[in-house]
Amino acid sequence: MADITTSHYIVLSALIFAVGLFGVVTRKNTVIILMSLELMLNGTNLAFVAFSRHWGNLQGQVFTFFVIAVAAAEAAVALAIIIALNRVRKGVTLDEATELKG
Amino acid sequence: MEGLGIQLAFYSFAAVTIGSALLATMAKKIVNSAFALMATFFGVAGIYGVLGSDFMAVTQIVVYVGGILILLCFGMLLTDRVPDEFRVRSPRRYVGASIAATLTFVGLAWAISGTAWARLPHITDGSAEALPTTALIGNALLTDYLLPFEFASIVLLVVLVGAARVARGGTR
Amino acid sequence: MQQDFLTILMFMLFGAAFVVLNMVAIGRLLRSKTKYTAQKSATYECGEPTFGGAFIRFDIRFYVICLVFVIFDVEVLFLFPWAVVLKPLGWLAFIEAFVFVAVLAVGLAYVWRKGDVDWIPLHGHQAPGARLSEMDAVAAPSSAVTAPSSNPAPVTAAADG
Repeated sequence: MADITTSHYIVLSALIFAVGLFGVVTRKNTVIILMSLELMLNGTNLAFVAFSRHWGNLQGQVFTFFVIAVAAAEAAVALAIIIALNRVRKGVTLDEATELKG
Repeated sequence: MEGLGIQLAFYSFAAVTIGSALLATMAKKIVNSAFALMATFFGVAGIYGVLGSDFMAVTQIVVYVGGILILLCFGMLLTDRVPDEFRVRSPRRYVGASIAATLTFVGLAWAISGTAWARLPHITDGSAEALPTTALIGNALLTDYLLPFEFASIVLLVVLVGAARVARGGTR
Repeated sequence: MQQDFLTILMFMLFGAAFVVLNMVAIGRLLRSKTKYTAQKSATYECGEPTFGGAFIRFDIRFYVICLVFVIFDVEVLFLFPWAVVLKPLGWLAFIEAFVFVAVLAVGLAYVWRKGDVDWIPLHGHQAPGARLSEMDAVAAPSSAVTAPSSNPAPVTAAADG
């Protein structure tokens, strides 16, 4: 086995990102789409932390920290919207949410 | 010996992460997706630990597993079930998504492999004994990144008020 | 420091193995053999007969409580690194974090004011007005005594069905 270098971590993060993208495109249930979106965010966070280690500074980690905080906020708002959508339409498939007016 | 342990940890955490991520996106039941996602978040936290970024590992577990996943489970319970079974999707969309995801990954991997990592500025010994990062991050947050730090509280306030109002129905 | 993580990992693996071994292996060996019946595989719900499916729509108030939890979860996470460096940075850091917490306290005050954190166990859905009147009855039972005689206390108590 070769030594673990930065590119190993970046390849892993690209892989997580691609899996998340796959989920976002294929799934229909909005909650699962949101889960896949969180996966993509995790992939990018991993790249940030890997580069932070690569350069030996903290910027990547601080940025990841803010990304995680904003991801929590984003999930909270998105789920509130999904719940509001569920009140208008039965079921939360994204195909039905084609109008802006509830 | 040290290097071997790191390699073992990296590959096992990577296997857990990718495997459960695939399961999360393809699971038939949404509950299984949520559980697989929990394993993914733990796996990514483990990778952060391998990277020597202790605070990020704890943050990952506290916010993602303890917060966002709980929120997603509540969203799951508060919405009606939809017949979203992965296997009954139209195969054309499935194939197209596979191609898109694979192309994304191949493109990124091509760019990564084409980069001369050794020539970029970097710390020489990657697997050196990493220091605890919490104090360093705290220092950075309160001095260099003070404005984002204070703005984060405003963002959280707006999210709390807005999301509560939207979830309640937007009338009260 | 990676060694510390190894220790944590060992603890977690041991915990997982403990649970799995007890549930799957040792339990199978120790428990008495009984016949498998449909009643045995039924869902256990505090001994009550179950009704309905597990996938019912929950009350929306659960979500708002969960939302408050997540927001303050993130807040605590911001305060961890602050707490570590509070001593060397001194009063300035204290004021900075105080502003941070004060802004979020506004959010808590909002959900409190809107009644999202009041949790009165109800038997069903009720209008907000009915909720308020019941809250008054719970908070100040003496008000039932001083209530006008045209609206006696037993009626108030029965009105919450």
